[in-house]
Amino acid sequence: MDDGTEPGFNRTGAQSSPLSVHSMQLYADERVPEEVSAPDEMPDGKEMAAVRCDYAVEAERIGSVPMPGVLTSAFTAVVSKLGARKPEVLVDKLGERLAFERIGVRLYQALIDKAAALATQQRMPFSVDDLQRLRDDELAHMHVLASALDSLGADSTAQTPAAAVSAVAISGLMQVLTDPRTTLVHCLEAMLIAELADDASWELLISLTAEADQDQFLPQFRSARDNEKAHVRQIRGWLQTVVLGEAR
Amino acid sequence: MDLLENKGVQIDKQSLTWKDMAGKPISKLDDEAFTRVRILLMNALELDALRLSHMGMRMNNELRQSLAQIRRIEQHQATAVNWLLSADHSPLETTIAYEQVAVEVTAAVAQREPDPYLAQVYRFGLLEDFDHLYRYSALLDRLEGKDANNILQGHTDIAPGRPTVEGHRAPVDDLRLPHGRDATLLTKLHATLITAAEYQTHDYYMTIGPMFADPVARQLYAEIASIEEQHTTQYGSLLDPRQSFLELWLLHEATEVYGYYSCAQSESNPRIREMWERFCDYELGHLHHVCGLFRQYEKRDPAEVLARTLPAPLEFKSQRDFVRDVLAAEVDLRANGVDFVKLARESSLSREYRRRINADGSPSTRVATAYHWTSGTELNRSLKAA
Repeated sequence: MDDGTEPGFNRTGAQSSPLSVHSMQLYADERVPEEVSAPDEMPDGKEMAAVRCDYAVEAERIGSVPMPGVLTSAFTAVVSKLGARKPEVLVDKLGERLAFERIGVRLYQALIDKAAALATQQRMPFSVDDLQRLRDDELAHMHVLASALDSLGADSTAQTPAAAVSAVAISGLMQVLTDPRTTLVHCLEAMLIAELADDASWELLISLTAEADQDQFLPQFRSARDNEKAHVRQIRGWLQTVVLGEAR
Repeated sequence: MDLLENKGVQIDKQSLTWKDMAGKPISKLDDEAFTRVRILLMNALELDALRLSHMGMRMNNELRQSLAQIRRIEQHQATAVNWLLSADHSPLETTIAYEQVAVEVTAAVAQREPDPYLAQVYRFGLLEDFDHLYRYSALLDRLEGKDANNILQGHTDIAPGRPTVEGHRAPVDDLRLPHGRDATLLTKLHATLITAAEYQTHDYYMTIGPMFADPVARQLYAEIASIEEQHTTQYGSLLDPRQSFLELWLLHEATEVYGYYSCAQSESNPRIREMWERFCDYELGHLHHVCGLFRQYEKRDPAEVLARTLPAPLEFKSQRDFVRDVLAAEVDLRANGVDFVKLARESSLSREYRRRINADGSPSTRVATAYHWTSGTELNRSLKAA
């Protein structure tokens, strides 16, 4: 596959069939619905907002945070370790980070596979070894988080609500990484979204951990955050190199 | 439950609003896996009702009005049931749930099926769906970084079954002998239920397969959808083709009553149980209406086709021990025409078909190479070893 951005016969815009689109616009203008948005309103329909509001008010939550005490007698141990605070908030966010790092391993593996395929056709700003190091960082972070959850007596194999939601959010990134038609630029942009979120989420997790007086985790968490910051710099730099190189 | 006495809700009193249909979904995290199993099974049965109804309309002028009327409410029931699935289920997670239905429901049916040949058919198909579950679990782990047990909740094993690569057969080796005219009601209910489940699994894979970007996933869905078509052929061929359309329709409505009745008996979520109970009454209304048509057009008593009372409800529980026993004893069975035979006697037609279709490699083998399910995903294994 040619990995560059190429001009061609894209048919999606109005300019590709100007006469038809002109006729379509005239016809649609003649058949405007009776209810029109006021000029100062966003044209997204008040009715849609009403439905979303109703459902949001009535909705049940995505699910609960699995606490060991629900099935065993270990809950009190977790509560005592976490003082009087709501331990489920920390467990939920630890579970989210764990799931995100685990998906991160798979995202980097997909990028490695893509890069290995493209390496025969173009110069890369990185080596496969560079990508493997980033992937292995994500794996190490995942293990740090699993150990933290285990040491609290929580279940590191459970999917917490925040983990389920973050999986929904990240699902589009995996589609970009694994599509054989996407370019290196597309893939690096997807990884940048993941790494920026990762960086910000580690910052939040460190604050939450400190707030919960779980200082024993902080050195490893800070080290992971510093890693993620380095990842952001690397991905951003590679992306810039490839895009600017292509534009020249 | 007395099938013939209980009239349920009259058809013209049955209706759902859009909000009834797009109601509150279940929780992927908190609801029981078997609640999801029941949802997928009943959605499959409702969609099969539509399928049968449309075929009937093309062949029966005098039944068109009744078919259209009942089909409309069944389509709305199917929507209400299917929309219970929450949007945080990825298509691949829902796939895991579909395979759990195939394993657990087929295993429950196989143990209660009174006809030994049909019981063998169910055990044969079961081992292939068990393998699909393993292959898809590998894909879920390796593509989305998720543990299939988040969906299975410890009820269903994740290990190789009869290898999917060996499940591809010549069409003639997927046909089975139909049940006889004197088959019990339970045999007919089972065949209708499992055919519907496999049909829907096939259609689901055909819909979502192309939505994946990953060529590994696209290949795997293509391969397993093909086997689900084989399974649909296998189970559909169990239904006696000498039955009239009205007989088939009557049995389908009875199967829907049986399905909702069984779901209501075992449901742990009170909100969902209410739906099962409501729809059980709707189905009794459909059944009663079709009984009238049966008397009118066939001049026969519906009791000739239906038993007066329903069999004991279908079991929704882990069939782990049974599945392990069947796997140990029958993994090497193969098909030769309508017969099940030892490995060496498999039909040459199927061997040749497989040689051709697997000529470019096997997606199901590649995706699961060295896959060893581990709680918390295979990436957890190095942690456990440490």
